[in-house]
Amino acid sequence: MLKALQIFVLFGFSLLFFSTSGFAVETITLMTHDSFNISKEVLQQFEATNKVKVRFLKTGDAGAALIQAILSKNNPLADVFFGVDNTFLSRALKADIFIPYASPLLVDIPAKLKLDQSNRLLPADYGDVCLNIDRNWFKHNNLTPPTDLADLIKPEYRGLTVVENPATSSPGMAFLLATIGRFGEEGYLDFWKQLRANRVLVANSWNDAYYGNFTAASKGDRPIVVSYASSPAATVFYSKELLDQAPTAAVLGHYSAFRQIEFVGILKGTKKQQLAEKLVDFILSRPFQEDIPLQMFVFPANQQAKLPAVFIKYAQVAEAPAQVPPEAIEAHRQQWLEEWTDVVLR
Amino acid sequence: MNISSKKNSSLLGSRRLLLVVPLIFLGLFYFYPLLKIFLLSFFPEGVWDKGEIVRLLTSTSVLKTVWFTCWQAALSTFLTLIVALPGAYIYAHYRFPGKRLVQILTTIPFVLPTVVVATAFRALLGHGGLVNTLAIKYFGFSQPPIALEQTIYFFLLAHVFYNYALVLRIVGSFWAGLAPELNHAASLLGASPWTTFRKITLPLLLPAIGSAALLVFIFCFTSFGVILILGGPGYATLEVEIYRQAVHLFNLPMAATLSIIQILINFLLMWIHAALSEKSNLSWFGSGRSGILKPVKSTLEKFYVGSHLLFVLGLLLAPMLALIVRSFLSDSGWTFDFYNALLQPLTNSIFYVPPVTAILNSIGFALATMTLALLLGLSASSYLALSTNQGKAFWDAIIMLPLATSAVTLGFGYIITLNKPPLNLRDSVFLVILAHTLVAFPFVVRSLLPAIRQIPHSLREAATLLGASPKQIRWTIDFPLLRPAILVGAIFAFAISMGEFGASSFVTRPQTPTMPVAIFRFLSQPGEMNYGQAMAMSTILMVVTATAFLFLEKLPSRFGER
Repeated sequence: MLKALQIFVLFGFSLLFFSTSGFAVETITLMTHDSFNISKEVLQQFEATNKVKVRFLKTGDAGAALIQAILSKNNPLADVFFGVDNTFLSRALKADIFIPYASPLLVDIPAKLKLDQSNRLLPADYGDVCLNIDRNWFKHNNLTPPTDLADLIKPEYRGLTVVENPATSSPGMAFLLATIGRFGEEGYLDFWKQLRANRVLVANSWNDAYYGNFTAASKGDRPIVVSYASSPAATVFYSKELLDQAPTAAVLGHYSAFRQIEFVGILKGTKKQQLAEKLVDFILSRPFQEDIPLQMFVFPANQQAKLPAVFIKYAQVAEAPAQVPPEAIEAHRQQWLEEWTDVVLR
Repeated sequence: MNISSKKNSSLLGSRRLLLVVPLIFLGLFYFYPLLKIFLLSFFPEGVWDKGEIVRLLTSTSVLKTVWFTCWQAALSTFLTLIVALPGAYIYAHYRFPGKRLVQILTTIPFVLPTVVVATAFRALLGHGGLVNTLAIKYFGFSQPPIALEQTIYFFLLAHVFYNYALVLRIVGSFWAGLAPELNHAASLLGASPWTTFRKITLPLLLPAIGSAALLVFIFCFTSFGVILILGGPGYATLEVEIYRQAVHLFNLPMAATLSIIQILINFLLMWIHAALSEKSNLSWFGSGRSGILKPVKSTLEKFYVGSHLLFVLGLLLAPMLALIVRSFLSDSGWTFDFYNALLQPLTNSIFYVPPVTAILNSIGFALATMTLALLLGLSASSYLALSTNQGKAFWDAIIMLPLATSAVTLGFGYIITLNKPPLNLRDSVFLVILAHTLVAFPFVVRSLLPAIRQIPHSLREAATLLGASPKQIRWTIDFPLLRPAILVGAIFAFAISMGEFGASSFVTRPQTPTMPVAIFRFLSQPGEMNYGQAMAMSTILMVVTATAFLFLEKLPSRFGER
């Protein structure tokens, strides 16, 4: 028995060894966060055209991935980084870990997404963080759902909202920034004071808020949750039975949502710059962009990309998202977090 | 006495060697990355803002966090001991049908990811959970009577849920090995059962209880997911705070400082524990394993065993059952759809994980971790138990350090150190095994040490006198006597790897996903199918773990029982 076990372990080890030793194909490494997704066929298009194998490194959530890229800047882990979002844009640019690259595909991308004029970080997709409401619950209880952030502090919505802690959750942070964009740096704390008085629940993570407390996803008791504008579409896509109406809806009133833009960039120190540029071009090109909605549930940056039906029907973007400049975010993040924690949690 | 001391001194050279290998392992994969990340954090460009750190350190919120971390860990340990020690007694002394099954079932919680456990507890005790729904329906409550959300009770309960098996197995297997002659002698001399327990059993049992309690304390002290999800934003341990400072605020000096505080507090505790357990080194040469397990006969015994089992089954099994039920139950009734969806993906994502692949990856990592941890653990505990050096308590505490270190800190350390050949491991699968082993081998040491210390020297001396070589002594005397403790260590090393503890959650994973990773992926997107698949995969994780435990437990019998 012991012998058999030893042989098995040795075999296992050797398998692992062979799986990590490269074969003669050239590889290029893409470092990204855990939510990155791409379909096989789309990836194969790139791999076949360029005779290369793409290796993916998933390194945690967006913040953790970026930090690991910054920490390893003297000896980068990868060639291309996908997934810097605009709340971390200043931090990424200040760390100076990207090479500028003016991709020819940038013409197809709207100017308001191009937050980095030096093209070290190119916009790849965007989505809105906003409130989601449970339509059935509101219908059942004869209540009109909120249409604006300011509605949340009204008495009829008392105890109905769950938000995420901006200190530990990326959508939570985005929602906090939405309130800052909407009510200004002077007024947002008042809003939160009143929201606290209106018995808002704070959860530490998105899946805790959504799967733990949202009435439409679990046996929770909160029909208003902070999630994404594309979540209703995801709910329909991943529903068990065929639905013709989304059970949830996004609240996209003026300045009530925060736009998260995701960027891609070539890491400084890469030894495969030409191949990396091709990969960035591919990421901004139509095949990849059209694959984004159903894989990552955000909107493609490339205006030429066609949206899938479930998105056209059930997903929207805000016409006027709340705006907060990236430099202000980086400069005041800690201060805003401490103020928010004082007002809402202590 | 002369013989043994001569033996020891002549073997001292080779004894020291036993410590060298584990130390090299620790040095390369723990101290080196840790030191480098600390240096980077405190002196990024050679500049150091001392004032800022001092301000942050003495702020009330940091002190409150440290205090909270300490007392919740102590309370959790206390509660776990209260619940699990009676269980250890039962397991050490009785046999009853289904005993092995219950023992395996109560160890499964150890491998469940926190997200899953949180879901299970909510499904049972949450606002709209089973208990509350039943209470409203059948007992006429107007409001849900149980309101545990975001209270300390929730995560204290979860801590007991996770750690029950630790105390049960470590103390239980040690207790079963205590020779009964002393107890018999005491009762012959007129001592009451309580006196016997207090004056004989308890002192003999203390090393094992101490080991188990220390492990539970450290686990609860470094608790991250449980506090984050079940405690909510009102509670934060040091580990949570380190994560926030490092990842969300990119405040590396602060994160490093908090990390050091965490390590120092735990190191102190571990050193004290090591020194104490060395002193309480009691061994009694009895008939060896008592081996005789009584069937449950009298009504009192039946009541005692029965009520404990019922309580444990309620606390530990009910949440797991809730998970299993949720994997078959959808909004529109009972279904296999979630399991089918695992096999046929809904999207063509390149990251789709066939369940079989995830299972094989998990098991592969776990077996590798178990082997490495056993080897290192046996080495280290042999040294710690048998060497006569001074200052062993220090090494004991050093070995335990990886358990008490923040996963974020270590993970970041790997990024900046293991990036050049021959140690170019930071994006390799081997790093996962190494990270798991770092946490698993202290476990093995804690499980083995009390057991090795308990083997009396006189036994070895007798064998030497009869002409046995050290190797023969090891194989024919030590190993058989240590078999139960080795098994406990092996099971937990396996479980730690399956449950992905410690720095492995921050280690990059180039396309070798395991079951917990797959579960977490499902829970990051909305949709009933995602939720259902997460529950299905969790159920599979539980079944695979139970099977593996069963297999591991049956292994010793192949060696031929005495």
